[in-house]
Order: sequence, then C-alpha cells, then structure tokens
Amino acid sequence: MKPAPLLLSSLILLPSALLSAADWPQFRGPNASAISTETKAPGPKLATAWSIDLPGRGLSSPIVVGDKVFITCSSGPDQANLHVFCFSASDGKKLWERVMKATGRTMAHNKTSVAAPTPCSDGKRVFALYSSNDLFAFDLDGNLLWLRGLTYDYSNASNSLGMSSSPVVLDETLVVQSENDSESIAVGIDVVTGKNRWKKERPKAANWTSAVVYQNVVALQSSKGLTGVNPKTGEIEWDYTDGAGTIPSSAVTQNAIYVPSNGLTALAPERGAASQLWRAAGLKPGTGSPLVIGDSIYVLNGTGVLIKASIANGDEAWKLRLKGPLSGSPVAVGHYIYIVSERGDFQVIDTTAKEGEVIHTIELKDTLLCTPAISNGAVFVRSDKKLWKLQ
Amino acid sequence: MKAALIRCLTLSSIAVQAASLSAPLEDIRAVNREGSGNEKATRAWQQLTQADPTTLPEVLAGMNGANPLAENWLRAAVGVIADQAILSKKLPIESVQAFLADTKNSPAPRVVAFDLIQRAQPELAEKITPSLLEDPSSELRRHPVAKLLQAGDEELAQGRKDEATNAYLKAMNSARDEDQIKDLAKKLKDLGKPVDLPKHFGFLMDWKLIAPFTNVERQGFDTEFPPEKEIKLDASYPGKNAEAKWIDFTSKDEYGQIDFNKPFTMLKEVTGYAYTEFDSVEARDAQIRLGCKDGWKVWLNGELLFARDEYHRGAKLDQYKLPVNLKKGKNSILVKCCQNEQTESWTVEWQFQLRVCDDTGTAILAKK
Repeated sequence: MKPAPLLLSSLILLPSALLSAADWPQFRGPNASAISTETKAPGPKLATAWSIDLPGRGLSSPIVVGDKVFITCSSGPDQANLHVFCFSASDGKKLWERVMKATGRTMAHNKTSVAAPTPCSDGKRVFALYSSNDLFAFDLDGNLLWLRGLTYDYSNASNSLGMSSSPVVLDETLVVQSENDSESIAVGIDVVTGKNRWKKERPKAANWTSAVVYQNVVALQSSKGLTGVNPKTGEIEWDYTDGAGTIPSSAVTQNAIYVPSNGLTALAPERGAASQLWRAAGLKPGTGSPLVIGDSIYVLNGTGVLIKASIANGDEAWKLRLKGPLSGSPVAVGHYIYIVSERGDFQVIDTTAKEGEVIHTIELKDTLLCTPAISNGAVFVRSDKKLWKLQ
Repeated sequence: MKAALIRCLTLSSIAVQAASLSAPLEDIRAVNREGSGNEKATRAWQQLTQADPTTLPEVLAGMNGANPLAENWLRAAVGVIADQAILSKKLPIESVQAFLADTKNSPAPRVVAFDLIQRAQPELAEKITPSLLEDPSSELRRHPVAKLLQAGDEELAQGRKDEATNAYLKAMNSARDEDQIKDLAKKLKDLGKPVDLPKHFGFLMDWKLIAPFTNVERQGFDTEFPPEKEIKLDASYPGKNAEAKWIDFTSKDEYGQIDFNKPFTMLKEVTGYAYTEFDSVEARDAQIRLGCKDGWKVWLNGELLFARDEYHRGAKLDQYKLPVNLKKGKNSILVKCCQNEQTESWTVEWQFQLRVCDDTGTAILAKK
C-alpha cells in the first residue's frame, strides 16, 4: 500500500510561502507536527545514501530547505565552539560552515549537549539556537544576518542541565523559549532585525519542550500547561492551565492539540478558551512527543511501547514494543513512522499493520538521540559524530 | 577598452582595502545587548566579507577588546574571508602568524589566528605549538599541554618514569583546563608526585560558616539574614530550630568543596553563609569562579556580584565566572548558600567551591 501524502498535506499548513512541501524547516517538521507533507515520500526499505563526519556533539535534528541540509553541533572541551553546517542534500557536499563561540553557559548533562535545540527556517533564513542561548540568523548562503546572546542579555536565563527547546518562526517572528528555574523567559524576535518584538516571563521551572504552531498561534508548553500566544505581539490568545510535561512536546493538527498533560489531553483551543475534548491517563508520552496520522494518535511511552489510539476519544487500538531505549521523537510520512533508538536502530513502522509492525531496521551502530527529518524522499538522522541520509 | 574595464572591475572587486575597514569594524564593535546595533552590523559584515585576504590581521585586530557579541560577528567574517583565501591559497600566513605571536592582542582573535594557521598549514601550526606553553590564552595552552601529555605517556610506555614525570610536571605547570589537570594529577600521583590541586586552582579553603537560617518555600533566598547586614564573627542569631553562630571550617577536599552538611548535618530548607578574607598582594582585575548547585549569592567587599536561584540542576568547576576588582590588602568574600526542600538522593549537596584567578584561570594566591 502506498502512503497517502495528499491526505496529510490537507491537514498541515506550511508556515511560510517560501517553504515547499518537501521542506522540513524545524524540529518535527512543518508546524512541528512531525508529519511530512511532501508527495515524494520515502518508502520503508531505506538504506544509507551518504554519511558525513561531524566535528562536534549534538542532538538537534537536521532541517532541510530545498536541496540544503542544515545542522548544528558543538565542539571543544566545554562545547563552546558552535558550528552551523550547510550540506547539499543530494550528495552531502559541504556548502558552508560557520563557527561561533558561546557567550552563554555551556554546562549540560552529559547525555545532552550544547547543540540540543533544532534550528528552524522561514525559507529565506536559518535560525540556529544553542543551549548556551546563543542565537544566529543566516541567509541560506551562510551570510550572517544578525545574532543574539540571550544569556548575555538576560544573565540568569540558563539551565545547568542544558536546554533544548527548539525555536519556531511564524509571521516574521522567531519565538524562542529559554525556560528554566531562575530567569525564565520567552521572546518573540523580529526575523529581520534580531530585536525583540516582545518578551514574556514564563513559569520559573526547567522546561525542555518545544513550541508547536496551531492556527497561526504559537503554543508554548510548560509545567503549568499550554499557552497560545500571538507570534507578532506575544499576547495570550488562550491558556490551558492544568499542567503539562516538561520533556515531551504536544502533537498538533488543524483542529486540535494533543498535549502531554495528565496522560494525554486533547484540546480545541480558540480565542479566550482551550476547551478539552478528551483525556486519556494511559497515553502518557515518555521522552518523545506524540504525532497524529489521519484519525489516530501515536504515543511512545516511557517503556518504549508505541501506542495507537483514536484522536476522537483516546481509545487504544494497539501497542507495539520498539527497540529502545528511545530519546528521539517519532516522525511520519504516509502510514510509515520513523524513529531511532539510543543504540542506533533506525526503525520503520507500518501503522496499517493489524497490530503495527516494525517492517525495516537499519543498524547505524552509534548512539542516536535525535529526531529524524524527512525531505524529498529521504530521511536524515544524526549522532554526536555523523549525519546520515537514508533513502 | 574591454581589458581596461575588466582591470577596473577587478581592482574594485578585489579588495576593500584596510583604510575602508575602520567604519564597518566600528559598526560591528558597537553591537550590544538585545540586538542593539544589529542592522548596521549586518551591512558592515557584508562589507567586511568582501575584503581582501591581506586585511585579515586588521579584522582580527577588530576583535581586540570587543564584547563577545561583536567577537562573534567578526569571527564569522574572518571565517568567510579565510575560506576564500585558503581556497585560493592567498591566506597571508606570515601576518596571521605575527598577529598570533603578539600577545598584546586579545586571546579570542589569537585563537582564531591559530585555527587559521592549522587549517592552512598544519605543519606550521605543529611547529608553533610548543611556543604556546605559557600563552596568556588557556585555549592556546591546551595544544602544547596535550603534546607534553602524549610525550609523557610515550616515555612511560618505554619505562622511563623520570622523563615521563618531567613531561607531566611541565604540562601541569601550564595546564589551566580541568580535564587536562585531572588527567595529569592522576598520572603524577601514580608516579609518586601528588599535585597540590587547591593551590593549582586557587581554591579558598578556610572559611567561617554560619547556619541554619530558614529557606522554607525557598523564601530564604531573598531574605536578608543578619550576615548580610553585619559580619560579627562572635555573634549568634536565632536560626531555624537552632541557634546560628559562626564556626571555623577548613576544606579537606582537593577540589575545594565547602560542605555545609559536614558541620551542620544534612538539613533541608535552610540557608547558610560562608565568610572569608582574601589578602591581595596588589589591586588588580581578577575573577571569582564558583561552582554550586544550590541557590547562592556572592558579595565581594559588601558588593553583590551575582545571585542565582537554581537548585540541583548540576555543579561544576568554574560554573560561574564573576569578574571583580580586588583591592590591595584585605578583601571580604561572603557566600550565601540555600538548600531547598527536595528529598531525592541527588539533592543532598549543600555546598560550593570558590576560587580566585585571572581571566585565563591561573590561580591568584593570597598573601601569606
């Protein structure tokens, strides 16, 4: 059975007219939905097309714009050297590299790294953020447009375990979360000037989740819940305050957000309210974030079990144990889900099989903590040492 | 006519020469917090990256004394100019080497200069490396220290313990980074030459401690307890379920941990203070470097340097680097250390480590 990308693309709107359906412009792809909207979908029987050695650590995802793959990593004894790479998606040739220096704190738990947040793009620019709160904007050819040091600006905005929230870009505004126990903030930054459009205090608590985009509103998740903000002004559009996870992020479709809260809670937010559709205590995501394909939601729990459930009411359909442990989030195109295990097993899951089935595995023989990227008929994954194109 | 036009275009496109770089350099050096100066810097950066490779030392010099944001703008510009120069074999290696050799230049651009030499002529970088052993840049010192470590290992593998010890001792004398120091200290200890790590790092080991004041609901962090108002080492105050009075404490930890749990037991939701005096030989710039996983504040001579209310997310050597001006003679240092309510096994620590050093991490020792 062939994937049904057209069905998926009808659910997801691209955040910028400059992006194409084959692009994967941020953490978990278009709108952070984890779903590829492209018509040229990779199949299940993938193999390594090319791989490239990287000079530093990182668990950020690659992003893809056109034929360019962008990836970050950090090197040096304190991971203070911050790299941004641009490779040709076709053949892996390096197109450019920039190396900057961290201006914020680089301390992080050994399992994560300074290059933890995934960069994002509006189709014209690439925004690279690091756990040190350093933020660089380049055009697609590597010209530096502006930079910020958010810990240089706000000296207590840091987390000694490291931070990983990935930025999103919408309405000419880059939304960056720097949420921690001390000076916890989110900022909306003008993509042209690099200056703040707005800055908001956020709950004083460590937070590693990333925002999702829902109906042109940026949904910021934290231990307190999920807050929808207008990207241009920072004004709160709606607020869900019943608590939420601080590691797995939400899943989003055009009609609902599925937030890791009291298990999993489905919301239908609109201006002034975030009404609850249903809640399922048993659908608690582990580290990875859930995703929606068609009328089903897929949740990867803390024991490495993938659960399929209905988006109508949260009723479970099947459970499938994957090779773990798993730190990255699943992504999908058509009816195939792709995920990597920490031990390097790239797994392809056929969600249409009666009980779900892992139909293909590639042993990449490395520690993989990243979330894959899907673009133009290929899947991109990375480790601390390598970037792979699987096709 | 055509040839003349080509020549003219070539001349104008080669090279934004040195005289015209001062304006873009100035624009970039003017960037500051919250994106201030970004628009001008964007234009200036474009201009700089068109510069002829011969201007690289001038662009590097633009990093001297620049703030870290401007340094990054210029670091990226140097990268672009150098990419093209290396590709066309036009990197002005001699002038870049001269820039590196001049220690009046700031450490950051000198590190960039060394990286350029490594990329363009690795064999030359290898040749220069031993000369960097006493370099003002700790980042540049890493290279010769690593060489000496390797040389020591090779001597040891051949059974030449004295030669190995000498190589390790020489490396230790110059090492400033924790990973290299730890490695060397272990090797030297195994060879019967233990290293005085507190002295090497400049940890302050002798303190007066007072506790327990309350930190219930983390309110103690912002509460001004008596030690913030007066330092009276013979005074006692009502504390949390006990009288709080100053006691002497000398750390026995080779990484200088000042552990409140030792004298006061493993209390939770409490605040403690540590006080010491640092007798400086001279008035000078310095850094107070702190590692702490509890809520903390630090004062030097009564001035609050920094405060951070993060609990149990991790601690490491030099976690926080606080630039200070030491005065000649006695300098008072007060540390507030707040323990919170968490009960997990990894939330037991109620401690800090503090050292005084210069901005390269070289210990500044107090007058005896």
